[in-house]
Amino acid sequence: MKKRDLISITDYSKEDYLRILELAADFEKNPNQRLLEGKVVASLFFEPSTRTRLSFETAINRLGGRIIGFSDAGSSSVSKGETLHDTTKMVSNYVDLIVMRHPLEGSARYAAEVADVPVINAGDGANQHPTQTLLDMYSILKTQGTLDNINIFMVGDLKYGRTVHSLLMAMTEFENPIFNFIAPEELAMPEEYKLFLKEKGIRYFEHTEINDNINHADIIYMTRVQKERFMDPIEYEKVKNVYILRNHMLQNTKPNMRILHPLPRINEIHPDVDSNEKAYYFEQARNGVYTRQAIISHILNLK
Amino acid sequence: MSDQLKKKLKLKVSAINNGTVIDHIPSENLFKVISILGLQNMKNQITFGANFESEKLGSKAIIKLSDVFFEDDEINKISLIARNAKLNIIRDYEVVEKRVVEVPDKVIGIVKCFNPKCITNNEEITTQFTVISKNPLDLKCKYCEKITHEHQMVIK
Repeated sequence: MKKRDLISITDYSKEDYLRILELAADFEKNPNQRLLEGKVVASLFFEPSTRTRLSFETAINRLGGRIIGFSDAGSSSVSKGETLHDTTKMVSNYVDLIVMRHPLEGSARYAAEVADVPVINAGDGANQHPTQTLLDMYSILKTQGTLDNINIFMVGDLKYGRTVHSLLMAMTEFENPIFNFIAPEELAMPEEYKLFLKEKGIRYFEHTEINDNINHADIIYMTRVQKERFMDPIEYEKVKNVYILRNHMLQNTKPNMRILHPLPRINEIHPDVDSNEKAYYFEQARNGVYTRQAIISHILNLK
Repeated sequence: MSDQLKKKLKLKVSAINNGTVIDHIPSENLFKVISILGLQNMKNQITFGANFESEKLGSKAIIKLSDVFFEDDEINKISLIARNAKLNIIRDYEVVEKRVVEVPDKVIGIVKCFNPKCITNNEEITTQFTVISKNPLDLKCKYCEKITHEHQMVIK
């Protein structure tokens, strides 16, 4: 049988998504299921990412698996000049599954070709981070009860933000989504994604500021506006405070509306939002563990 | 001397018995074509000519290969840099078949991914692209998933 990897969100079908979300709900009810007993998982973090690594390692521990690996390239043989090819080949001899984070784009796809065991992409540069997308979908499903007819507002850096691109692609698999993009011109949603939506006949709207329009939202997906994305620092200064979500803005939003953020946040969600019941980003992070348990189970056919 | 006679004489100089003539190569890409087809390692008789006058290209190059016949997959590789190349298949000094090159659906090797942060530019890996548009050329990298546009194309 061909091994099953998870490199890009579009590698999976709607059926895969639904199966993983169903498993995630099961793990949420009963997180400690020792399905990975006797198995070893490699956690290869060629760049540090504490949040993602701890989430994966918690998922593996809750499944009863053992972990080997490293948390940054400095403490691995990479610092001696070993290629990704050789590191992957070697580790693949030892383990049943590889979870990999790497700063270069396409590294995960390449590692999956080299390895004899399945590879899960935990982020390859600015390219893909599919487990984040699945946990975002799980969070939407949990808070809205469905993935159909969702009006999603994406806010912030829509040009470089890989999480919004992947979520957009995944949500188009479901019935009648509506997208609203709020971003400065410099960081607008790229044409290729808008074209994709047009071709599929999916509605989308573009705005340059957060105002009453958010009152239609079911989900507000916030992202960071990163200073290093701007060629001109003055441009950054102009827009950096435009996209801050504050509690008073939420007054007339829908009761079912929830705010998501892949975290870490800087200043784009004011702390006064945290106590609002519509703030969902910390629970979203917790959903990541269940979703990753589900992804591992799906890939290794544990359930 | 009539033009036709001149043409015939010109052809005779380097006529081949059996083999392939690749015509209408942009002169500046002759050496890239040689390298893509691996002609530098061939033992057959090969004639190269560059900087011939061409109405279409301004300046064209020609390659004549004795006893060499290409598979479509192989010759189509040069379409990326010699879009208008034409093949004359020669048997017994006669052109028995004319073929044009076609841009393939997949490009393996040959082109560099434009993205400096792509793994293929940082480790010894054969590049692989899906052709998502043939004119102008747009190549989607199998690894980093970024699109290399025609004007960014660099031959490896």
